[in-house]
Amino acid sequence: MSAGLIFGLAACGGGDDSDSAGGTDASASAIDCAPYTKFGDIKGKTVTIYTGIVTPEDKPHIDSYKPFEACTGATIKYEGDKAFETQILVRAKAGNPPDLAIVPQPGLVKQLVATGKAVPAPEEVSANVDKFWDKAWKGYTTIDGKFYGAPLGASVKSLVWYSPSEFKDAGYTVPTTLAELQALSDKMVADGKKPWCAGISSGDATGWPVTDWMEDFMLRTAGPEKYDDWVSHKIPFNGPEATTALDAVGGYLKNDKYVNGGLGDVKSIATTTFQDAGLPIVDGNTCSLHRQASFYAANFPKDVKVAEDGDVFAFYLPGPDANTKPVLGAGEFVVAFNDRPEVKAFQTYISSDVWANTKAKLSSGWVTANKGLDPNNLTNPIDKLAGTILLDPKATFRFDGSDQMPAAVGSDAFWKQATSWITGQDTKTTLDNIEKAWPK
Amino acid sequence: MSNTASTTLAFFPFDTATNTGEKVVQMLMALLLFAAVMGVILFFAGRFGGRRGDKVVAYLYLLPAILLLAVGLVYPGLRTIYQSFFDAAGTAFIGLDNYGTIFTDNDQLRVLGNTVIWVAITPFVATAIGLIYAILVDKSRYESFAKALIFLPVSISFVAAAVIWKFVYEYRPDQGNVKQIGLVNQIIVWLGGKPQQLLIESPLNTFLLIIVLIWVQAGFAMTILSAAIKAIPDDIIEAARLDGVSAWSMFRQITLPSVRPTVVVVLTTIGIATLKVFDIVRTMTGGQFKTSVVANEFYSQTFRADNQGLGAALAVLLFILVIPIVWYNVRTLRQSEAS
Repeated sequence: MSAGLIFGLAACGGGDDSDSAGGTDASASAIDCAPYTKFGDIKGKTVTIYTGIVTPEDKPHIDSYKPFEACTGATIKYEGDKAFETQILVRAKAGNPPDLAIVPQPGLVKQLVATGKAVPAPEEVSANVDKFWDKAWKGYTTIDGKFYGAPLGASVKSLVWYSPSEFKDAGYTVPTTLAELQALSDKMVADGKKPWCAGISSGDATGWPVTDWMEDFMLRTAGPEKYDDWVSHKIPFNGPEATTALDAVGGYLKNDKYVNGGLGDVKSIATTTFQDAGLPIVDGNTCSLHRQASFYAANFPKDVKVAEDGDVFAFYLPGPDANTKPVLGAGEFVVAFNDRPEVKAFQTYISSDVWANTKAKLSSGWVTANKGLDPNNLTNPIDKLAGTILLDPKATFRFDGSDQMPAAVGSDAFWKQATSWITGQDTKTTLDNIEKAWPK
Repeated sequence: MSNTASTTLAFFPFDTATNTGEKVVQMLMALLLFAAVMGVILFFAGRFGGRRGDKVVAYLYLLPAILLLAVGLVYPGLRTIYQSFFDAAGTAFIGLDNYGTIFTDNDQLRVLGNTVIWVAITPFVATAIGLIYAILVDKSRYESFAKALIFLPVSISFVAAAVIWKFVYEYRPDQGNVKQIGLVNQIIVWLGGKPQQLLIESPLNTFLLIIVLIWVQAGFAMTILSAAIKAIPDDIIEAARLDGVSAWSMFRQITLPSVRPTVVVVLTTIGIATLKVFDIVRTMTGGQFKTSVVANEFYSQTFRADNQGLGAALAVLLFILVIPIVWYNVRTLRQSEAS
C-alpha cells in the first residue's frame, strides 16, 4: 500500500519540481531519459533485482531507482535478503535467478558465471564503466574475456579511526607515512597508552579483519603488482612477500605493547567482535587507533559525532611514503541473468554518473568510485573522506584480495588460519597452511 | 529461458511473494493443493472394498508419505552420497579422495577427534545426571518444582542456550576499572584469579561447549527416566525393602535393571543429537579455536569453502556414524516390546 503511494508521488513530482513531495523526489526526477529510451518502449515492464542490502540501507537504493521508473514507466522490484550470498547460488543453480543481482565479491561473480546462468553486460554498460571507473574495476568481473558486471558502490578499507580531541590534546599529528604511523604508536606507548585496539570475532567469519590488515600491508610492503600476483596465486601465498607483509601486521597486532587497548592482551583480539573493537576510542579513551573500513562509522553510538571536528574520525592508513597511496577497498557488482531490453536499460542507468549522484544525495554511509560522482553530493564527513580517497588521481585502488580468492581460501582457510595466528600460531605455519588449502 | 521462467511464475507464483497479501494467497493455494491431493486419494480409496481392497487402501494411504520421503529424504540422500565422490566444484570424479582427506588432513582429524570427545562424554554424563536427579527427587516434597527447574533448558533452542552460555564464559580484560560480565570469570576474579579467555584455550573450550549440551539434555534424560522409575511396580520395591536392601543395592539391583531399556533409549537419543551438534559450536566459536565438529565442518565446507564434495563426504560420514546407534536403539526397543 504505502509503496504504491510513494510511487504515485514520485510520478506526480516528475512534472512539477516545486511539488511538496520533497527535495529528494524533485532532484531525483530530473534525469535525461534518452540513454534508456533507445532500448525501446519498456513501459509496464518489470525488472527484478536481488541483493543482500536490507533495511535500512535498502531505502536509498529503492529511492534512487525512481527517476528511472518515472521516465521509462518500467517497475523495479527490489528484493533484499540477508542470506543473499548462499541463496543467489542456489537460485542460479536451480534455474530461478533474478534479472539482476548485486554481488559484493568478485569471487562470487566468478561462481555465478560458472553456473552458466549469468549473461555478459551490454555494450552501453561496458561503455559507462570505461568512462567512469578506473580500469582495475572492469577486470574484477571480466571472466574469460567477457565483462559481466558493472561496479555499483565502493568502500575504503585503508582507514584508521582515531579521536580528534585526543590527538589535539596530546599533540599527535596524523601520520603520512608508515614509518610515521609506527613512530606515533611508539610515542603513545611512551605516554603510557596501549595505542591499538582490534577485534576479529564475527561468527563463523571470524578472522576476516586480519585478512584486511594483511592485504593493506601486502599493498604497502610488496606493491600493487605483487599484490595482484599474490591474489591471483601467480606467486605463492606463503612466499617471501607475504611473509614480510604478515610479519609487518604482527608488528602491530601481535605486539603486546601496542594491543589491545581497553580489551585485553593479544589473544583478546580473537574474541572481541569486530563491531566492538573500535569502541574503546570513544568510551573510556582506552584505545587511540583502530584500523577498519569506512562502514565502521555505523558502529559508533548515535550520540557520537563522526567528523574531523567531532568525537571520532578516520585518517588514511598511510603508504610507504607520502606520494604512494595504495587504497584497499571493496565494492559491489551488478550481475545480470537476463538480457531483456528493460533489464539492459536499467543496468545502463545504475552504471551511470547520473545514478551515482542521485544515490549519493539520498544516502549516508555510502560511496562509490564512479568518477562521475561529485564528492559534494556525499552527505556525511566520513563518506566525503572515503570519496576523496577513492577519487584521488594519485591513489592506486585494489580490491579486497580475500574476496577474489577461491572460497576455500578467501572465506575459509585464510580466516581460520588468521585466527590461529592471533592466538599464537607462527607466521610460517599460518601461511603454509593457507597455501596448502588453495584448490589445485 | 526468460519466457519459460515468466510463464512458470505466472502459473506458479511461488517464491516471488514479496508482500503479505501474496504470501497469504500462496498459503491458501498450498492448502487447496493439499486438500485436492487428499481428496483424490480418499476418492480412489473409497472405490476399493473387500480383503484385497484393504491392502490397496493401505498402500494408497502410505503413498503420500512414501512420495514425500522419496523426494525429501531418499533422493537427497542418494544424491549426497553420489556428490561425495566428486571434487569441490562437483564436476570431476575423484573416487574416495574426499574420504581420504577426512582421515588424513590434520584439521579434519581434529574435527573427528572433537566429535569423538563429544559423543564419548555428552550422552553418558547427561543421562547419569538425569538418572541421579530423577532418583533423588522421586517422591520428594518439591518433586514437580525440582523437575521443572532441570527441565526448563530443554524448552530453549540450542542457539539460545549457546548465546546464554557465551555470556557465562564472556571475558573482559584485567585492566583498570573494566568489569567482568561473564559469570565464570567473575567467580575466578572473586577467588583471586585472573580472568581467562575460556573459549580460546583448546582442548578446554570443547569441554566448555559440551557442558552446554549436557545442560540442555539432562532435563530430557531426567523426564524420561523419571517416568520409567515411576513405572517400576511397587510390589518389587516393597519386597526389596522387606529384604532390607541398602540404597545402593536398591539402585544396582532393582532400579537400574528395571529402567535399562529406557536408559538405552535416552543414551542413544542423546548420542544422535550429539553427533549432529551444530548450533552450539557455530554460535559459540564458529568452529574456531579447534572446536569444530563434523556437522559444523560439513556446513562450512559446503556453504563457505564451496567444497561440495568434501561437504557431502562429511554428511555421509555423519550418516554412517548415526546408523549403528539407530540400529541398536531399534533393536532394544523391539526386545523390550517382545518381553
